[in-house]
Amino acid sequence: MSVPVLARAGDTVSAGQRQADRRAVRARDRFHRGPGRWIVLAIIVAGAALMLVPFALMLLNAFKSPADYSTNGPLSWPTEFYTKGLTTYWTESDYPLKLWNSTLIAGTVAVAAVLISLLNAYAIGVGRVKGRLWIVALFLLGNMIPQEALVYPLYFLAKEVGLYNTKLVVIIIFTLIQSAFGTYLLASVLGTFPKALLEAAALDGASRWQILWKVVFPIVRPTLSVLLIFFFIWTWNEFFIPLVMLIDNATQTVPVALASLQGDRLMDAPTTNAGALISLIPAVIFFLIFQRTLTRGVTAGAIK
Amino acid sequence: MTWPRADELVNSGPTSHIAREFIRAGEVDPRGDRGIVERRSTVTDLAAHDADSPRTPAPARQRRGGYWWYLVPGAIGFVAVILGPLVYNVYLSLTKWSGVGSPRFIGLTNYIRLMGDSVFWTSFKNSVAMIIAMVVIPTLIGLILASVLFDYLGKRFGAASVSVLRAVFYLPQVLPVVVAGIVWGWILRPDGAFNAILDAVGLSGFTRDWLGDPNTALPMVMLVMVWVQIGYPVVIFMSALGRVDPEIYEAAEIDGAGYWARFTAITLPQIRPETFVVALTCTIAALKVFGPIYALTRGGPENATNVPSYFAYYTFFKKLDVGYGAAIATVLTIIIVLVAVGIMRWQAHSEKKELSA
Repeated sequence: MSVPVLARAGDTVSAGQRQADRRAVRARDRFHRGPGRWIVLAIIVAGAALMLVPFALMLLNAFKSPADYSTNGPLSWPTEFYTKGLTTYWTESDYPLKLWNSTLIAGTVAVAAVLISLLNAYAIGVGRVKGRLWIVALFLLGNMIPQEALVYPLYFLAKEVGLYNTKLVVIIIFTLIQSAFGTYLLASVLGTFPKALLEAAALDGASRWQILWKVVFPIVRPTLSVLLIFFFIWTWNEFFIPLVMLIDNATQTVPVALASLQGDRLMDAPTTNAGALISLIPAVIFFLIFQRTLTRGVTAGAIK
Repeated sequence: MTWPRADELVNSGPTSHIAREFIRAGEVDPRGDRGIVERRSTVTDLAAHDADSPRTPAPARQRRGGYWWYLVPGAIGFVAVILGPLVYNVYLSLTKWSGVGSPRFIGLTNYIRLMGDSVFWTSFKNSVAMIIAMVVIPTLIGLILASVLFDYLGKRFGAASVSVLRAVFYLPQVLPVVVAGIVWGWILRPDGAFNAILDAVGLSGFTRDWLGDPNTALPMVMLVMVWVQIGYPVVIFMSALGRVDPEIYEAAEIDGAGYWARFTAITLPQIRPETFVVALTCTIAALKVFGPIYALTRGGPENATNVPSYFAYYTFFKKLDVGYGAAIATVLTIIIVLVAVGIMRWQAHSEKKELSA
C-alpha cells in the first residue's frame, strides 16, 4: 500500500525522479533488514488470531454432537463430523423462510431508501428549496435519535392500522430511517453537482424530472450503489425494531430468529453454535463480495 | 448513527468526511466545475451556490418552487415514521399508560420518579462503561494497530498481508451483532469455552459464571464490545493514512525520524478528522447499545449490565409501564443529542484553532 512507487522501465525519468527512486530503493532495503519486523508481525498476527478465537470455537462446536459436547467439553476435536446440529437448526427455524424474509426486507428497504434519498437530495442539493438548512438538520436529527424513542408509538400505530407483525411495517420504518441518512449524505454530494451540466440540460429544454434521471442519476450512480449496499447490510443486521414488530415464525428475520430460539433455552450448545454459524454466513458472504466497497466507504458504516 | 443542528454545526467535519469517503468510494468527482476549492460540506456548499445565484438564469429561479414536489414522499414518511412518533413519545412520557385504554396525563411525575430511580442511574453509569469499551479502548488500540499496519508492516511485508490482517480485525463488524452476542454468551457460560480454557491451562480456581456474577458481568460485556468495535477505527484510520503522500513518510524516515516521531508528527495530525468521526459515531452507538445486552445478559444480573435502551425496552414491553418507558427514551434522546452537539462543537473549535495556528 505504501511501498514507494518505482518508475517503470522505459519511462522518461528526470534526474530528480531518479534520485528519488534511488532513495526509495535504499529505504526499501532498510525495511527488509533486521529481525524487529518479525517480532512486530508476530505480535499483530497474535492479536488477529485472538480476534478469530470465537469463530474457531464456534466452528469447532457447530460440528459436534450434544453427547460429544457433554463428555468432552467445548475444546475437544469432534469425535465425528456431526452435521445434525446444522440441519436441526435449518429445519427448526425454517431457515430458508428467514433468509427470504431478511432478503426481502433488506432489499426493498435498500432500493426504496436510495430512491427517497435521491428525490429529497435533488430538491435540497439541486433545487435549493427554501429552509433547506433546517430540513437537513431535521434529517440529521432523525438519524441520531435512538429507536427506543420511536418504538412504542410505532408499535401502537402498527397495531392500530393492522400492520403489526408484517414485513411491510419493518420495510416502511427502515426505508425512512435509512433515507434520513441517505438524504443528508446525498444533499451534500448534489450540493456540489456541476452547475454547467444542469444549465446546459435546462437550455436544451429538459424538464427537472428529465434532468434528474438523464443527467444527475447517471453521474451519482456509483455513490448510490455504495449507499444501496450499506442500506442493505445495515437493515439486514437490524435487531431492535424487528424484535418488537415481528413476533412469529412467518415474519422473523435471520438475527431475530436466532435470538428468539436462544431465548427459549431450547438449544444445546452445539445447536446454538450451528445456528450462529448458519446465521452469520450471509453476512460473511456480503463482506467478501463487497469488501472493497465496504472498507473504502466504511467511514459511514456507523455501528449499530 | 449521525448528528444534528443547523448552520455551522451541520457542516462541521465528521459528516463532510463521511461524504468524502462515500464520494471516493463512488468515484464521483465532487469538485465538478468548482476547481480546486477544498470541499467543506452541505451548508458551505449551499452558501457557495447562493453566492453564485446571480448567474442562474431568471426562468430557472422562477420555477424553483416546483422542487418541493420531490420532497413530498420523503416528508410524509419522515413525519409518519420519525417526527410524529418522536413527538408522541414525548407526550407519552407525561402520561401514565399501560398500552390499553387511554393515556392519563400526569405532568412531570415520570421524570421526577426517574431522578430517584437507582436502576436509571445504574443504566447511565453502565453507558459510561460502554463508551469506554466502544469508544476509548477501540480508538486507542485502533490508532496503534492502524499506524503499525500502515507505516510499519505495510512497508516490510507488502500491502496484501496488511489487507488480510485488516480484514480479520474488521470481521466482527460485519456480523449481525446479536449473532456475535449469542456466540459470546455461550463462550462465557459456566459450561462454555472460556472456563474450559481456564481449566486447560491450570487456572481452574478462576472459573465462574462470567455473565451471571454481578462482579464480572459488566467487564465481560465490555470485553465483547471491544472485540466487536475494534475493526471500525482500524479501517477508518488506515483509509485516512492512505491519503497521506507516501513521500512524507519516506522523507521523514530518511531525515532520521523514528517510528514514534513519525507517529506523533505525521500520523496523529493526519487522522484527527477521522478521530472525531470515530468518537462521534461510536459514542452515539455506545449510548444506543441494545442487541449485545439483549443477547448476553438481558441487563442482569441485578441490573449490573443494564443500559438505558434495554431499560426502556423492558419498561415498555415487559412491565407495560409505557409512560415511564417513554420518559427513559426521551432522556436518552436528549443526552445523545447533547453529546453529539458537544463533540461537533469541540471539533469545530479544534479546527478553528488549527486554522489560526
